[in-house]
Amino acid sequence: MDAFLHQVFAGLATGGIYASLALALVMIYQATHLVNFAQGEMAMFCTYIAWSLMNAGMGYWPAFLLTVAFGFALGVAIERLVIRPVRHAPVLSTVVVFIALLVILNSVTGWIYSYTIKPFPSPFPASSFLGNRFMSPHELGSIGITFIVLALLYAFFRFTPLGLAMRAAAQNPESSRLVGIRVGWMLALGWGLASAIGAIAGMMIAPIVYLDPNMMGGILLYAFAAALLGGIDSPGGAVLGGFAMGVLENLLGAFVIGNELKLGVALVLIVGVLVVRPSGFFGKVHVTRV
Amino acid sequence: MLLEVKDLHASYGSTRVLHGIDLGMEEGSITALLGANGAGKTTTLRALCAMVKTTGTVSFAGQRIDGRATEDIVRLGIAHVPDGRGTFANLTTEENLRLGAYVRRDRHAIEGDLQRVYGYFPRLKERRAQQAGTLSGGEQQMLALSRALMLRPRLLLLDEPSFGLAPMIVRELFDILRAVKQAERVSMLLVEQSAALALDFADRAYLIETGRIVLSGTAQDIRRDDAVRRSYLGY
Amino acid sequence: MTKKNFLVSIIFLLVVCALPFLVSDYRLFQLTLVLVYAIALLGLNMLTGYNGQISLGHGAFYAIGAYCAAILMDKYGVPYWATIPLAGIVCLVAGFLFGLPALRLEGLYLALATFALGVSLPQLLKYHHLEKWTGGVQGIVIAKPDAPAVFAQAGLPLSADHWLYYFTLAVTITMFVLGRNLLRGRVGRAMLAIRDNPIAAQAMGVDNALYKSLTFGVSAMYTGVAGALGAIAVQFVAPDSFNIFLSLAFLVGIVVGGLASIPGAIYGALFIQFVPNIADSISKAAPWAIFGVFMLVFVYVLPAGVAGAVQMALSRVRRNPRRVVP
Repeated sequence: MDAFLHQVFAGLATGGIYASLALALVMIYQATHLVNFAQGEMAMFCTYIAWSLMNAGMGYWPAFLLTVAFGFALGVAIERLVIRPVRHAPVLSTVVVFIALLVILNSVTGWIYSYTIKPFPSPFPASSFLGNRFMSPHELGSIGITFIVLALLYAFFRFTPLGLAMRAAAQNPESSRLVGIRVGWMLALGWGLASAIGAIAGMMIAPIVYLDPNMMGGILLYAFAAALLGGIDSPGGAVLGGFAMGVLENLLGAFVIGNELKLGVALVLIVGVLVVRPSGFFGKVHVTRV
Repeated sequence: MLLEVKDLHASYGSTRVLHGIDLGMEEGSITALLGANGAGKTTTLRALCAMVKTTGTVSFAGQRIDGRATEDIVRLGIAHVPDGRGTFANLTTEENLRLGAYVRRDRHAIEGDLQRVYGYFPRLKERRAQQAGTLSGGEQQMLALSRALMLRPRLLLLDEPSFGLAPMIVRELFDILRAVKQAERVSMLLVEQSAALALDFADRAYLIETGRIVLSGTAQDIRRDDAVRRSYLGY
Repeated sequence: MTKKNFLVSIIFLLVVCALPFLVSDYRLFQLTLVLVYAIALLGLNMLTGYNGQISLGHGAFYAIGAYCAAILMDKYGVPYWATIPLAGIVCLVAGFLFGLPALRLEGLYLALATFALGVSLPQLLKYHHLEKWTGGVQGIVIAKPDAPAVFAQAGLPLSADHWLYYFTLAVTITMFVLGRNLLRGRVGRAMLAIRDNPIAAQAMGVDNALYKSLTFGVSAMYTGVAGALGAIAVQFVAPDSFNIFLSLAFLVGIVVGGLASIPGAIYGALFIQFVPNIADSISKAAPWAIFGVFMLVFVYVLPAGVAGAVQMALSRVRRNPRRVVP
């Protein structure tokens, strides 16, 4: 029973990471109907920036905040400079652009920082009182951070005029223009937020899996599966999907199929959801007019 | 002259739809744009808001607005109620209304305007927390109009406000439009397929046929014109 | 084919056949791999360029072909030349089967599903229950085939490397000729129609589902054949050589080479084989940075790839002599 609970709680901790990344993916999808294949690498790159800052002597939390700001700026820059020119292009062109971003970020990081694995600190030291029998302090702490981020985002979108404008721009760009919303900048803002969320997710996962340019590949896959499971256009669904994915991954890995095939589970889930119920549990079913 | 349009051409892709529209509006007036389906009435309104490709000059309150982006034109005080209403279906009624005031900075006045709009349309107040997509056709039209009013516009562009609505609702809507015109002193450019309705409401009118203005004058004169009476008024 | 084109082709063929005697062994090995990649890229191009189905996981079919060849040769003693068609058949079936659920996925979603396949593939290949076939993490080593004895008997001793090159060349030419006939004919037009306007295509009587699944199958077959050839050339298969970056390299190849273009497969293969060789000397990471930048450049500036640029240049050259001087 102890082992089971431990897997569940550890699953919730990693699930929080998947939830954050899935949320970032859904935010971009809602606004653009595009899947950001480069989300993982953007998060990874920001985490390396954090590492550099801390390596240069900065304390954890100042580096954390600065990295989040950097992540935001990176997202905005990518949207304005790289994505904007292909926004009306055929699907293949946009996919190629995303893949190009993915490989450029991955290789540039490897170039600058080398491929040797580096340890990444956690703000929740192992000795702190936070942990309990089932969860390490870091796991508990990262669930906490995840919830804070989600709560802040929810409040932003629900209660602020800018958040309202962003929701409007994602749903109905033409009507948004008619009330004076600068839709292009709302898009850039959305990318900035998604990138910032990704940076936080990266900094939470790095202490567990160690910093490495290829660390986000599998995690991105779980985030995709989570987003699809919950509904690619449902933020709440993505979050629930993320937590579910984390727990499922751990339980299946520990008790059913062994740790080796965990990515295979993600693959089966992704293909399964796409084929059987593409709108996921909470998404809207889209009917296209012929 | 509040609005001055000279030699406006507009196209959808490579298809030319407007062939040199000239029109003018004084501040405080209500002008109607009449014509059959496909004549170019909706396109004219969309052209004013830079939602289609245009050539020609459009001046609003002395400033050139052709070539500017829709979002900037809105900031000058032009509110467009599009055909199809353009409601944000997944947002609540009140969120729709607040979006109408997005470009304004005067927080207190916005709250006051919200109450005033609820005064015109009590049914919207009842449904303030409801998703806008679940409102009836008539209520969505009221919502679209209210959202435009939240801007405190100088010029209101109305595209077929009576479309798809029951006659009783249409009467209600136009009564409120009259009240709005009195209270808010906003100028209106109205596109209507129902010529009788429009000529009853407007001061001046223009008749568009296949992208060209063929007749213009006061509403009374237009109403008495033989050709108009036969083709558009049915008697 | 016009007389001039025929002549050009013959000269080209002669040069290509003479290459083993003109270049070093290592360079020949690289050229052999270019041929292998060209077949793989033609396969992917059929699916993505001609038929509009985006695959970010085609490395999986390359891997299946490679492992087929390796397992057949290592465990069952099948001669190397027989593994090629066998790998092709296996991949044809696998591709067709994968194409069936893929029918329900459009554009982005198919890209996502194939991306998932590409990312999870190494893990699947390392699965310990399959180890006795796949050789697990260490993979399988295979012996380089010798040139057939006939050549030595006829007084023309061919080294194993030379023979491998000619064998690969023969397979490549066969696959390309077959592919060309397929794509230039009715089937190719149906594929293009489905890509550009699936609803109209269906309305005109094209069985979308059948064509799309078949295209998947044929495309997988080509890439599988390439994988088998590649395994024989490299003499080694292991899970980590078939990671997501292999699939992404194929994508780079068709984008740079030219979508919906047969010569594009060759330009692309040259690109993905030689750029890493040149760029590796700068840094381990440089090749992919260059791939990424080139992809962006080609999407923004040269969407028709190198093949498109070549065609434009050629048509400009051809147009001039015909200009009528008043």
